[in-house]
Amino acid sequence: MNVHEYQAKGLFREFGIPVPQGHFCRTVEDVRRAYAALGGGTVVVKAQIHAGGRGKAGGVKLARSADEAASHAQALLGKALVTHQTGPKGRRVTKLLVEEGLKITREFYAALAVDRRRGGPVLIASAEGGVEIESVPQEKLLKEPVDVHEGLRPFQARALAYGLGLSGDSAKQAADVLANLARLFLAKDCSIAEINPLVLLEGGRVLALDAKVNFDDNALFRHPDALALRDPEEEDPAEARAKEHDLSYVSLDGTIGCMVNGAGLAMATMDIIQHAGGKPANFLDVGGGASKERVTEAFKIIVEDPSVRAILVNIFGGIVKCDLIAEGILAAVKEVKLRVPLVVRLEGTNVERGRQLLKESALKILAATDMADAAKKVVEAAR
Amino acid sequence: MSILVSKQTKVRLQGLGSAGKFHAAQCREYGTQVVAAVKPGEGGTSWEGVPIFHTARDARAATGADCSLIFVPAPFAADAICEAAFSGIPLIVAITEGIPTLDMVRVRGVLKETGARMIGPNCPGIITPGGCKIGIMPGYIHKPGDVGVISRSGTLTYEAVWQLSAKGIGQSTCIGIGGDPVQGTNFVDCLELFARDGATKGIVLIGEIGGSAEEQAADWIRSNLKGKPVVSFIAGATAPPGKRMGHAGAIIAGGSGKAEDKKKALRAAGVTVVDSPADLGVAMAKALGR
Repeated sequence: MNVHEYQAKGLFREFGIPVPQGHFCRTVEDVRRAYAALGGGTVVVKAQIHAGGRGKAGGVKLARSADEAASHAQALLGKALVTHQTGPKGRRVTKLLVEEGLKITREFYAALAVDRRRGGPVLIASAEGGVEIESVPQEKLLKEPVDVHEGLRPFQARALAYGLGLSGDSAKQAADVLANLARLFLAKDCSIAEINPLVLLEGGRVLALDAKVNFDDNALFRHPDALALRDPEEEDPAEARAKEHDLSYVSLDGTIGCMVNGAGLAMATMDIIQHAGGKPANFLDVGGGASKERVTEAFKIIVEDPSVRAILVNIFGGIVKCDLIAEGILAAVKEVKLRVPLVVRLEGTNVERGRQLLKESALKILAATDMADAAKKVVEAAR
Repeated sequence: MSILVSKQTKVRLQGLGSAGKFHAAQCREYGTQVVAAVKPGEGGTSWEGVPIFHTARDARAATGADCSLIFVPAPFAADAICEAAFSGIPLIVAITEGIPTLDMVRVRGVLKETGARMIGPNCPGIITPGGCKIGIMPGYIHKPGDVGVISRSGTLTYEAVWQLSAKGIGQSTCIGIGGDPVQGTNFVDCLELFARDGATKGIVLIGEIGGSAEEQAADWIRSNLKGKPVVSFIAGATAPPGKRMGHAGAIIAGGSGKAEDKKKALRAAGVTVVDSPADLGVAMAKALGR
């Protein structure tokens, strides 16, 4: 689960990581008040959306007066911000963070994530901050494995701080920031905790200019405080609806709706559609222990997607029984009108009964014998 | 022959909820010896003739169980895996989905300390067709034979097995290593075992986007595997970056974990990589000259 920068900075403060003074704003009036509260001078108006690349997309603006700050707020609020991570539709900006302007002398990068190869968290730092970390060559990255019980040990934090080229009190401050970032990561079951950039100010202070925190969805059950930071406005409505029904759904930009059981098979189904010359409209895994109601809900989400021109149901029944899938589809088309062609490929447990149920219904269904046949038929049907 | 599990394997069930009971019953029907179950508070009773114990240690001492099958719900699963490992059992199969990643990091430390091997979590389990099924896969699609199957996915594995069986190609052992970022057993562990298994003549390796396990497998294959063809499919070539595709591990992050890079690495190691998942069976038949 992703959270906003202002929320991540709240967590940073809680864990002793210094951040700029700032105020959360929803309106132009809020921004004027924030400007005054910050004592005037230069401020930064930052759009709060769940996507990176805000700076380049015009979502981060400098202002030297209350009027200027207000006019930036006016220009951002209610508008869609398109960054390289949002897709062409962009994200509507409804929240802003107004922060004090600071005199920066150097920018660094620091982040924690789980390194799968090691099977544990690792802290990555770089003296090249403020840029996309992927563009930094491997040899310029400093890495320290983080022990899940001990956190980042003091010697590791020191090694990183000196490795970044800091010295004196600034090195001490940076070491504290890194150790605290690791503490936050472990305490809150994060999947990512990132500071980009971590900055050195004129006068030697070190602070987190930006903040990014992602939580491990699987651990949210033990972090009600993290769950409370969820922002439904940032979620795709169909994806949010799917989540309520324990469905794994991702909307894509094609025309072929897919309903599949199992994440791997669902991805493979998207791939084979593309291989056959079509484009999937979604990824949808109804899951291992799908009930009839869940299948019905899944099917409705696909049918109601206006960009869908044909639907492919690809089920390999193991735990999920094929007759249950058929019943779910039939229940769904009673509630919503099926206006596009439907291709069904069923295999596995109770397959005969499932095929029979669909055959006996009044539904016009294109039956497919295997995955390749199913993909070919649905791509033709979507043309 | 087979790897890790056989007719002789004695299974201890941990997690006696509806899913655990249903699948354990299916495993028994397939011929698997389920010799014990663990449920704190119900020790001394039994389920379907299988004795129940308060603790995993008691269950192992009394029955000699040598594999633990875990269905314990995610919030408590890490503790159950640790209990299994400290009971001295050599093999743990964790089916549970949704275990927090940092729990698994801690579990890995315990596995190292105890020497137990774990398959999973978030996986379909392991099956030696005709001998022993420890997991949730539909038994009837399998056929005893000489192709080993390793996969990060559940139903996609069934698809591959189905294609193999339909072509008359049986399987020595099929292992689902699971779709989570931190796992007990990885591709390379399984490849090492299949390479040593005389009854395995070919290997199907099913990967997906996210992480670099496939690239590591490719490195290992290039320098270690001789005389056993490998056929592979990588799911998620058309997945968008930054989106988690169902499995916690299936996400293209920071420009790495792409299907294209994995395919390239595997091809460079001499692996036959199919672009369509429908071609797995055909490709294996061809590789084996059948």
